Amino acid sequence: MAHPPRHSAMLSLSNSGSSANSDKQQPPQQIQHIANTGLRVPSNRKTIYDRHLNRSRNAEISRSSFAFLFGEMVTYAQRRVTGIQDLEKRLNEQGYPMGLRLLDLLYYRTITSSTSSSLASSSTSTAPPNRPLRILPLLHLIHGPLWRLLFNRPADALEHSVSPDTPNEYMITDNDPLVNAYVSVPKEMHMLNCAAFVAGIIEGVCDGCGFEAKVTAHNQPTELWPGRTIFLVRFGESVMEREKVLERAGIK
Amino acid sequence: MTVFSLIIINKAGGLVYQREFQPGLRKLSTNDYLVLAGTFHGVHAITRSITPKLPLSTASTAATTPTSSNMPPTPGIPNSFTPGSAFTFPNPGTPATGLECLETDKFRLTCFQTLTGTKFLLFTDPIMGNIDVVMKKVYELYADYVMKNPFYQLEMPVRCEAFDRHLGGWLRGRT
Repeated sequence: MAHPPRHSAMLSLSNSGSSANSDKQQPPQQIQHIANTGLRVPSNRKTIYDRHLNRSRNAEISRSSFAFLFGEMVTYAQRRVTGIQDLEKRLNEQGYPMGLRLLDLLYYRTITSSTSSSLASSSTSTAPPNRPLRILPLLHLIHGPLWRLLFNRPADALEHSVSPDTPNEYMITDNDPLVNAYVSVPKEMHMLNCAAFVAGIIEGVCDGCGFEAKVTAHNQPTELWPGRTIFLVRFGESVMEREKVLERAGIK
Repeated sequence: MTVFSLIIINKAGGLVYQREFQPGLRKLSTNDYLVLAGTFHGVHAITRSITPKLPLSTASTAATTPTSSNMPPTPGIPNSFTPGSAFTFPNPGTPATGLECLETDKFRLTCFQTLTGTKFLLFTDPIMGNIDVVMKKVYELYADYVMKNPFYQLEMPVRCEAFDRHLGGWLRGRT
């Protein structure tokens, strides 16, 4: 324990304060006083260094502060844009780096939550989650864990394009995207969907996993869900070729 | 329980929102609504300014009741302990609200002014109670779907589809 040096440091600090003379006359009492009130150790003896880094997993941020932040992001992206596509591209670019980083966080949290009980022991027995190699596991990762990490619920649907011309297109549906909760797009910009930001996050996750993709957000309102949004994931040629090779090799 | 219509007036007295929920009142032309908003704004300002201030008695200031100590120092009152020159509004801590309610035998107009100066005017049935609940919800929806909308420009007419939708849905759910 390194208590004595800490005490002397505290003492010298308080001596350099306002009434140095009166303090010097009673040094023992000063030490006692600091030891009683100045240094506080939690009753369970666990300091901040002992606590799990993952503590904030279930902590949520305020919905309205996010709404205001996102509103400012949209306003910022709107400056000097040439059109709706340009605006969506900018929102997409804001989300992309988030997706790249979220991927790491997602893996980190899945590992630590699965081995949290045996954190102290060596975790050789529990296999870390694998990086998805095929398209479907990747999309399930986005549809489930990523959506739960971001929005606290899974996405509403995951579909494959039925058209034979576009086998590289997949669709993730969100009935009521959180980012669009308070956004009303003016009529003259009705093609715009601010969830392009989320599309950027998805794109970042796909790229981070080594799946080159372009992701766009599209409005598809229904009567029940006026804010229904479809995220169209278009994988690149190289990904589709690799997918075929992996399928023949029988890798899942 | 009938809510006829809602009007929102910005802090400059301009009409930014007008919507009818249930028929029952005669319709005005758009121009007349603008005049109504501007006139009401003016009358409201006058009623605020003629609200008398009550002199603070020396005894109550010396006692420093919690309400008076919470009051923000106003320019007119340099020191709350100087007797004779201290005045307060009838409801200490809150500025005068001005006109709150206008009533005819066919409808009642309730006005609510936010701290930032926006006014909400609700036209309701005169027998209807609990208007403050409706007013609070309207304010809440306004704060959510208008103020958090990145495409809304302050003090400009409210054209927020989500606000219309939620407002209509909520009022329909109440009747």
